Amino acid sequence: MLFDYMAIAVFVFFSTAIAVTAILLGGLFGPRRKSEVKSEPYESGMIPIGPGTRRMPVRFYLVAVLFILFDIEVVFFLPWAVSFRKLGLFGLIEMFIFIGILLVGYFYAWKKGALEWE
Amino acid sequence: MTTPVKLLDFITILPVIFLAAWACLLLLVDLWVKHKRVTAYLAALGLAIGLGLLWYQAAWIGNAGFNHMVVLDGFSVFVNALLLLSGLLGIALAYGYLRRMGIERGEFYPLVLFSLSGMMLMAQAADLIVVFLSLEFLSIPLYVLTAFAYPKAASEEAGLKYFLLGAFAGGFVVYGIALVYGAAATTALDGIIAAVAEGRANLSLLVSGAALILVGLGFKVAIVPFHMWTPDAYQGAPSAVTAFMSSAAKLAGFAALVRIFALAFSSLSDDLIPILWGLSALTMLVGNLLAIPQTNIKRMLAYSSIAHAGYILMAFTAFGNPGVAEVSIAAVLFYLAAYTVTNYGAWGVVILLERAGDLGLEIGGYAGLGRKYPALAACMTIFMLSLIGLPPTLGLVGKFYLFRAVIAADLIPLAVIGVLTSLISAWYYLRVVVNMYMRTGDPEISPEPWALTITGLMAILTVLVSLLPGWLFFLASQARLNLF
Amino acid sequence: MLFSEAMSTGFFNLAPLVVLFPGIGLLFNMVFGGRLPEKVVGWVASLAVGAAFVISILLAVSLSAIHGHAEIVSVTEWMSIGSLHLDWAFRVDTLSVAMMLMVSGVGTLIHIYAIGYMHEDVRFKGDPTRFQRFFVFMNLFIAMMMILVSGDNYLMLFVGWEGVGLCSFLLIGFWYDLDILGRPSLENAKAANKAFIANRIGDFGFLIASFLIFTYLGSLQFDLVFAEVEHVAQPVILTITLFMLLGVVGKSAQIPLFVWLPDAMAGPTPVSALIHAATMVTAGVYLVARSAPLYGTVPAAQEIVALIGAVTALFAATIAVAQYDIKRVLAYSTISQLGFMVAAVGMGAYAAGMFHLVMHAFFKALLFLSAGSVILGIERGYHAMSHGKKGHGFHHTDDEVFNPNDMRNMGGLKDRMPVTFWVYLAGTLALAGIPPFAGFWSKDEILLDASLHYPVVYWLLTAAAFMTAFYMGRQVWLVFFGKSRHEAAEKAEESPRIITAPLVILAGLSVLGGVLNLPHFHTLGHWLEYTLGELRISEFSWLMAGQATLIALFAIFLAWLLYGRREQAANEPDALKKLLGPAFVVFEHMYWIDEGYAAVFINRYKDLARFLAEVIDGRFWHDWLHDSVLAAGFGKLARFLADPVDLGLIDGIANGLADLTQWVASRLRRFQNGFVRSYALSVLLGVVLILGYLLFR
Repeated sequence: MLFDYMAIAVFVFFSTAIAVTAILLGGLFGPRRKSEVKSEPYESGMIPIGPGTRRMPVRFYLVAVLFILFDIEVVFFLPWAVSFRKLGLFGLIEMFIFIGILLVGYFYAWKKGALEWE
Repeated sequence: MTTPVKLLDFITILPVIFLAAWACLLLLVDLWVKHKRVTAYLAALGLAIGLGLLWYQAAWIGNAGFNHMVVLDGFSVFVNALLLLSGLLGIALAYGYLRRMGIERGEFYPLVLFSLSGMMLMAQAADLIVVFLSLEFLSIPLYVLTAFAYPKAASEEAGLKYFLLGAFAGGFVVYGIALVYGAAATTALDGIIAAVAEGRANLSLLVSGAALILVGLGFKVAIVPFHMWTPDAYQGAPSAVTAFMSSAAKLAGFAALVRIFALAFSSLSDDLIPILWGLSALTMLVGNLLAIPQTNIKRMLAYSSIAHAGYILMAFTAFGNPGVAEVSIAAVLFYLAAYTVTNYGAWGVVILLERAGDLGLEIGGYAGLGRKYPALAACMTIFMLSLIGLPPTLGLVGKFYLFRAVIAADLIPLAVIGVLTSLISAWYYLRVVVNMYMRTGDPEISPEPWALTITGLMAILTVLVSLLPGWLFFLASQARLNLF
Repeated sequence: MLFSEAMSTGFFNLAPLVVLFPGIGLLFNMVFGGRLPEKVVGWVASLAVGAAFVISILLAVSLSAIHGHAEIVSVTEWMSIGSLHLDWAFRVDTLSVAMMLMVSGVGTLIHIYAIGYMHEDVRFKGDPTRFQRFFVFMNLFIAMMMILVSGDNYLMLFVGWEGVGLCSFLLIGFWYDLDILGRPSLENAKAANKAFIANRIGDFGFLIASFLIFTYLGSLQFDLVFAEVEHVAQPVILTITLFMLLGVVGKSAQIPLFVWLPDAMAGPTPVSALIHAATMVTAGVYLVARSAPLYGTVPAAQEIVALIGAVTALFAATIAVAQYDIKRVLAYSTISQLGFMVAAVGMGAYAAGMFHLVMHAFFKALLFLSAGSVILGIERGYHAMSHGKKGHGFHHTDDEVFNPNDMRNMGGLKDRMPVTFWVYLAGTLALAGIPPFAGFWSKDEILLDASLHYPVVYWLLTAAAFMTAFYMGRQVWLVFFGKSRHEAAEKAEESPRIITAPLVILAGLSVLGGVLNLPHFHTLGHWLEYTLGELRISEFSWLMAGQATLIALFAIFLAWLLYGRREQAANEPDALKKLLGPAFVVFEHMYWIDEGYAAVFINRYKDLARFLAEVIDGRFWHDWLHDSVLAAGFGKLARFLADPVDLGLIDGIANGLADLTQWVASRLRRFQNGFVRSYALSVLLGVVLILGYLLFR
């Protein structure tokens, strides 16, 4: 049974071996010249300003959480749509209930002012 | 293999559906309700209707629903009735408390209802997936409730700790379920039984899965060493939430534990007995020992709650012994009922004495209560006696049944540990009594009618039912487990 | 036809009512009496007894309809223990019905009298609330007396016996906290105790007799007992009868237990009349008559009984001549007359004894009640006198020694209390045995019987009869004739009609009562024969009757010589005292019997009690055994257990455990450090341990 997974093992072995070989070769044969730019975490991109643990407005999190919440819930529509015919009327009602529950949350968030920026 | 959904399927979980729907509606209604006590009364109404539906539903005892994912049996009806009553008690205690503490927010009540519907589903779950689902369903509102006193740091911290550790423990449950599935190729309890009976199951894998599920549920009911969150969460959470949490969550957790282990894993009993033995002994010891140095009543009661989980687990240790299982399950149910009554009463007193800003929670602050409020002190004495297990209280009767089950299972050393730790427990419980009667002080209570009513009622019940415990034990022993 | 049928069958079932009616009366008065007027209370009580009297008459009529056969009316089974089977059963026979008639008849009259008497008495003593209590006790007494006379077995008889004893105690001590003038005093309570204790000795004898009867004759039910008598050895019967005699001398105040009766006069006068003259004290006579089959088999016992009765009769009569208290004279007279009856039943002259019992009930009740009327009259006079004196600034508390019962304070009441005088005279003549008054016929029969069979008894009784006539004559002259020797007597008033009416009826009975058992007819005698079997009835003898009459008349003449011919002055010594000298003093002090008993028995008893209390209980038991041995030993043991054992060992263990527990707890606490990571680690640790166990087990 485990033999079926042999291909994966071979794949893992070779990919690891190639990466290790490349780093080893580079280390062996490459020149070592240190500079300030080189020792930065990101060679290209934003130049870091201030401490890393900066405070962010909580609204970002709120919106993000709401987004993830609804986004993921919507994902459930996909399997339902695929097997819509098989599930029939029951599936339809079920989905309406599901949407109803989502709407409750939506109304709640809305009324609580979670969707307003200010 | 799978049958289409019928009306009967809905009837099997009718109170759960109703309660969840009622909670959704309440969440919306609350947006337009100005006086939050209306929400409280509506929530109580929902619970009352839930009880009515439970009564109605009882006619269908003996049915499984949704392809055996849930069952409706005497056990679930008993537990669900207790859960609904405990919800009512929790709301009654919270009614005045939340306003006094300045945290009267309408979400409290829907959250309680959501949590309760999860607990009730858990009591009916006949499939490990449903167990996990309902575990999360009951836990998430509890996390929120624990942090309900925001922006109080202690409450938020407690909520976060509870959430993180709950998620951590939830992971073990899922892992356990996966192992069980790997071993038996099913997550349905009856399927597991069949697999074991037919010899298809990988038993060592199954035992590992069962052990991990035990860890997850043990976390919920605060079994040592999965208990560490309990004191912090109980202390940080608003007292009304703690009262609800310590009673209802324990009920639901044990309901699931009993159902899964007594039915699906009863064949693993011989493998699991040493584990349960060790866990319950450890829980009784640690819970009682650590309660002693506590000076905060909430923390003390938290450890007491841990200790009581140990006693209940003790009676359940021999769950696989067919001669004992029935007695021990009845004893567990009786004790849960007894503990619910006593626990709510004790928390009622705590709530009456608590003042905003975490004041009035020191045990030393109970000094002089006996002189100033003799009736309240008498009630508290009754609860403390009941928690120790002294007559004339429910605690004694409950412990009697527990020990009877343990001794029937021939686990004498465990019983000895139980008795000894009960003795130790007298130390810290009686300290409250000593403080109330033998020290002078000037405690102040907030005379909230509902909390007072509940406290008095629980005290009366604690004594009265202990004098006539037969009917309750009869009900508990009639509450049979089944999968159909 | 129907009526006669009812008489022959139905009326017997009414027998329990003779107890029930007084019982209802007592319950009614007990519950409602406090809220009802005195009149209602009194009449309810009287009606209850009257109803019992009516029932008794019905029973008597029915009994004669079936020619006197005994009927037993069983109410319910009482007890059944081993071979002892007793019913709560009433025995309706000629003897019991005769007693019932007498008790309820005289009782009714005394109850009516008491309505008037107690009305004044409670006011004189200053506590009107006790009126109700009096009638409750009186009804209880009647009920108990009815149980006594109608019970079908010795145990029921004993219940009644004890019951009347209790009522006697309650009623003697009715004014337990007051003396005769209503001042605080415990004398009455002491008298009640004396009566009760003296009766206890008698009851002890009765109880032993009952035990013996049950042991040797196998039952307590009269018929069964009497049927067995023949099969039992004589000495046994003798023992039984002698123990029973102890009961008789207690209850009927015979030598040597008679001392309680004079003191019993502390009770209100109706009590003296009803309990201590007419009914209760005759219970002993009834007991002997009832047990006739037992006594009949042992002549020795009979002789002892007869002798005791005769000696008592004379002995008490001698004391009576030297008393000053009007009621005490009557009390000794009662003892003496009871002696006549006891002697009669002892001789086997049951008919004569019972006849005298009934007659005595009439005239002695009459005499007591009249004496009560006299006392009331004197009290009224005293009251009027002290009211009058108050106006002159005279404190009547100065003469505290005033005793309304003392005959030396009386005199000349004939004109002030005419009705009382005439009825008293009737009673006196009846008691003295002057024909044709009731007492003459009954006493004559006893004397006649004695003269034929027991000469010693005859002479004793004749002497007693002489004394009787003398002291009664003395009493009449001292009380009613001559001049008043005290202001109170001068102002005395006649009693109201409710008091005098019963007196007149009783006087009529005392005059005419003799018809019940006239010579040649012997109605009562033949009536009793149904129960007691063939009775010895002596034929009337003119010689004997004339002799007795002459003796009585001579005694009265003698009394006139001493007290009537010349008037007694107020402070003059008694005329008889001058004549007899020291003998009178002996009589006056009752032969110092009380003092003798005190010296011989009571003080020895008290010494013993003191010895037991102080030496045995106090010094030995408490001081030595209790304190020195037990308490000190226990203390030492306790100190040992407390100090080295408890404090050292037990506490050491307990404290050690506690310290250990606390130490463990403080160690464990360190894990609860508040960091989620350590909490999670704990969970993980648990998982690892569990899985490790599963892996390596």
